[in-house]
Amino acid sequence: MRYGMVIDTIKCVGCTDCVVACQTENNVPLGYARDWVVEAVVGTYPELHLEIRTERCNHCIDTPCVRTCPTGASHIIEGGIVKVTANECIGCGACIESCPYDARYVHPNGYVDKCTFCDHRVANGQDPACVSVCPTYCMHFGDLDDPNSEVSKLLATRNSKVLAPEAGTKPQIFYLI
Amino acid sequence: MEEIIVSGRSIPHVDPILDIWGLPISLYLFLGGLAAGITIFAAVVTILKKDEQYSTAAKIAPIITPIALAVGLLFLLVDLHHILYAWQLFTTIRLDSPMSWGAWTLLIITPLSIIWVAMHMKSIMPMLNMGGCCLGVLGFFIVEKNDGSQVNWEWRYPFLINFEKFVIAQKQVFAWIMLVLGLVVGVYTGILLSAFNARPLWNTAILGPLFLTSGLSTGAAAIMWLSSDHHEVKLFSKIDLFLILIELFLIVHMIMGFRAGSEIQIYAATFFLGGDFTVIFWVFFVGLGLLIPLVLESMELVGKKVPVAIVAFLILSGGLLFRIIMVDAGQVIRFLY
Repeated sequence: MRYGMVIDTIKCVGCTDCVVACQTENNVPLGYARDWVVEAVVGTYPELHLEIRTERCNHCIDTPCVRTCPTGASHIIEGGIVKVTANECIGCGACIESCPYDARYVHPNGYVDKCTFCDHRVANGQDPACVSVCPTYCMHFGDLDDPNSEVSKLLATRNSKVLAPEAGTKPQIFYLI
Repeated sequence: MEEIIVSGRSIPHVDPILDIWGLPISLYLFLGGLAAGITIFAAVVTILKKDEQYSTAAKIAPIITPIALAVGLLFLLVDLHHILYAWQLFTTIRLDSPMSWGAWTLLIITPLSIIWVAMHMKSIMPMLNMGGCCLGVLGFFIVEKNDGSQVNWEWRYPFLINFEKFVIAQKQVFAWIMLVLGLVVGVYTGILLSAFNARPLWNTAILGPLFLTSGLSTGAAAIMWLSSDHHEVKLFSKIDLFLILIELFLIVHMIMGFRAGSEIQIYAATFFLGGDFTVIFWVFFVGLGLLIPLVLESMELVGKKVPVAIVAFLILSGGLLFRIIMVDAGQVIRFLY
């Protein structure tokens, strides 16, 4: 099993509902965020292209954050979800330096914090909070190893991309373009 | 052209510029490099059985090592955000993580560097003022002795006397262990940064050898500064000259490597070739910290009188500046946004 997310950049309107849902669900401290919205304008007028997408930890297959962690606090659980054990974390910042997506931060309590794919919801068969509140249904969560899952079918039928593939981490969040 | 607007995030120490690692890390990398440099020289001089001839390198300069390591570790500890959990470092050995390597190596080398100093205590400090005013902690370990010999003190406990005998008998083995550990610490300070493929400026294999060379150079400078023996100053001046040349060679290759690298590394090189870090890197680090010491040391070789303190000071501050620049610039250059 390999959890992943497929995000439709054509449907996303950048409302940041996913950001607020995550902050509420996971009690993210004020001023911090585990997910965020990017609006990228590419081209020269009048040939402009706008892409809106929601970003978060990519739960990579080759995880530099887990590799550089000196204590093993950063680890991978079933389904490929990358998590941090707070009371094993020394707050050294090595994982933050190692993440090409800058998806991690130091929690005000000292340990490093990040997106968990809402594994507490996933364990109950629910979608992550961000996916469940999306008003345009642009986000999809599921098992990438299962060819019949919604995410696998979308990736099979639509063109997609990942962010910063040159960083070599094999990210598991795919953007439909 | 791509224009990006990011909404929903303005995270402390991550946005807009990453500054998770700051001055304490730079200071630690400098002190670690300095300690490694001195340790390596002391070990090599001892292995070559020249420790009586070059006694500053073998015996006196190593006094700096445990102090530098202890202060460096203190900086490292201060920089941790979850300090009370720091002991978690020593619950596991993670071969993939340079920081784990470093933590374990420092745990071993720090006490060994204290033993190294203790081993030479009798020859560098034969006459201690036993009045008690300045002995401090040392007073717990030594007692007064007046048998008319060269040394007026002895270790307080028999096991310390036996241990000293053992260490002195095994000096060569000890020196080899220190050489290996010194090399690990010297290279590790560079590899710590180069292991992060997310930071294009750090992600170059040259950083390990470059930090080692810089550490050796600062170590040689410290020995030059401390030594009062003319031959020793001249030897370490020559060694330092050679090390500076290697350092310049490695720096040019590092920049060339970036220029020939991927898009993000070409972008990283622009910070040093016209960008924000150009002046501080080329004028203050390469100019004042490498080229001027290079010229001064060359002048000394051809017989001109040059105050060694100036040369040593320039090299040491250049080494510190180099680490400050690398830590800061490395975090400015990122993949996204």
